[in-house]
Amino acid sequence: MAGSVTANYVSATAAARTGPLAEPAWVRRTLIAVAVIFLALLLILPLVTVFYYAFKEGVRVYFAALSEPDALSAVRLTLLTAAIVVPANTLFGIAAAWAITKFRFPGKNVLTTLIDLPFAISPVIAGLIFILVFGARGWFGPWLTEHDIKIVFAVPGIVLATAFVTFPFVARELIPLMQAQGTQEEEAATTLGARGWTIFWRIVLPNIKWGLLYGIILCNARAMGEFGAVSVVSGHIRGVTNTIPLHVQIVYNEYKFAAAFAVASLLMLLAFATLAVKSFVEWKYARGLAMKESGESI
Amino acid sequence: MAKGSKKRNILPGFGLSLGYTMLYLGLLVLIPLSSVFFKSFELSFGEFWQIISNERVVASYRLSFATSLIAALINAVFGLAVAWVLVRYRFPGKRLLDALVDLPFALPTAVAGIALTQLYSPKGWIGSLLEPLHIKVAYTPLGIIVALTFIGIPFVVRTVQPVLQELDREIEEAAASLGARRLRVFVQVIFPELLPALITGFALAFARAIGEYGSVVFISGNMPMKTEIAPLLIMTRLEQFDYPGATAIALVMLIVSFVLLLFINYLQWRSGRRAAAA
Repeated sequence: MAGSVTANYVSATAAARTGPLAEPAWVRRTLIAVAVIFLALLLILPLVTVFYYAFKEGVRVYFAALSEPDALSAVRLTLLTAAIVVPANTLFGIAAAWAITKFRFPGKNVLTTLIDLPFAISPVIAGLIFILVFGARGWFGPWLTEHDIKIVFAVPGIVLATAFVTFPFVARELIPLMQAQGTQEEEAATTLGARGWTIFWRIVLPNIKWGLLYGIILCNARAMGEFGAVSVVSGHIRGVTNTIPLHVQIVYNEYKFAAAFAVASLLMLLAFATLAVKSFVEWKYARGLAMKESGESI
Repeated sequence: MAKGSKKRNILPGFGLSLGYTMLYLGLLVLIPLSSVFFKSFELSFGEFWQIISNERVVASYRLSFATSLIAALINAVFGLAVAWVLVRYRFPGKRLLDALVDLPFALPTAVAGIALTQLYSPKGWIGSLLEPLHIKVAYTPLGIIVALTFIGIPFVVRTVQPVLQELDREIEEAAASLGARRLRVFVQVIFPELLPALITGFALAFARAIGEYGSVVFISGNMPMKTEIAPLLIMTRLEQFDYPGATAIALVMLIVSFVLLLFINYLQWRSGRRAAAA
């Protein structure tokens, strides 16, 4: 669904061919050139831009921007948010995938669609809804004010908005994977008398661990990088309710480009780590498939 | 498809996992989301209509739709080319390029926003090249299209790629052995197979672009009537504490998102059924 495409576990067996099934060489070269130029202009150039401007004014400016108190507090808040949101959504993702893939029940398709909802919704609306619920003039506004509890324009609001936008990631990754695995192994274990948690730790988890890892990593990347939803509920209090992306925006709008890109480069590294894990997980699955196939042929 | 329709499921944990799923979904997503509808019902239809038919609001909807549509079309064309090249050809740096396609998923939108703005501003690397040609990208609708194209790249590539990989080469061989030229094989044999995935990818990119905020706000310049997208207008209304205004604009966007979501799920359900039938 919008917001994510699940990892592709099909092994790549592409090969250049010749003969009647191949395009003429000039067509091939033109297509490759078009694809490479398109990706270079839109993906690689922005990537280079971030690091170029981050280091343009020197390494000292770079590290000064990262060790500034406001930047550090933004890093702390982002880590705190991710530490709450990622485990919560992981737990939900596993429960949802278990219910949806291992059992039949009416309304299953509706439930699957509802899980996708946060991907289809603008991040700004994701922020707006928590203001409508918890804001001063929202449903619980008067009660919260009376009890002196702050949710929006404070850390709890940031956590809620982040949890909303990252809600489907783990479930989306696990559902197709567990669907493909069927229920035979779990059923066999149950027949042999294994209890629920034993089945989970011994059978389910080993089977899904790489897909789960990728779901968690994607969820984490989005949790740490969410901008729109958090921007609505944060209130932008420097040093208190600014996450890393919000800090980047503030510094950028003050025309401190080197500092903004220095902090942005942290998020770029996070993106690289995410892509590396994705490549690793796909390689793992491709190897698993290949081993299975060769094992069967012997 | 799960099998064993008649036999009783012996696996444990159904009640717990489904109960927890529904509770979490309800508390975090459904109840908060319903607030947009309930808040909108506080407005009379006349008031609601007045808000969303306001000149500035209509301009923002039009801009959001037009730029998202163009960006998704660009992605459909180039995404197909990228998927084709990644599946069918070999060239140096291919694996790296393949991995990089997912960058827009992994990169926070604000970072994409400032990087693209810096590149396309009149003093930037690309902006300074376009300046003599009198083409302005940053702070114009063109800049919004660039940002939306960036965030949409993975959708078309990643939906078309697996279909292309699984495509049966024998049909192509048959067509070729019957004397069909390469272009004709592509148009009449390969393309129809790829079309459902291409439409799904296009719809995903479009749906994402409609709601996008982070990468656009930096490059768009945010001028009312000219470069103000709908999500930004919601933000502006909120900052002015105009909650009914923000909610009404959001409701229209929510309905559009729901329709798109249903359409995409329908497409995926259909292609899933086709795959199962094959």
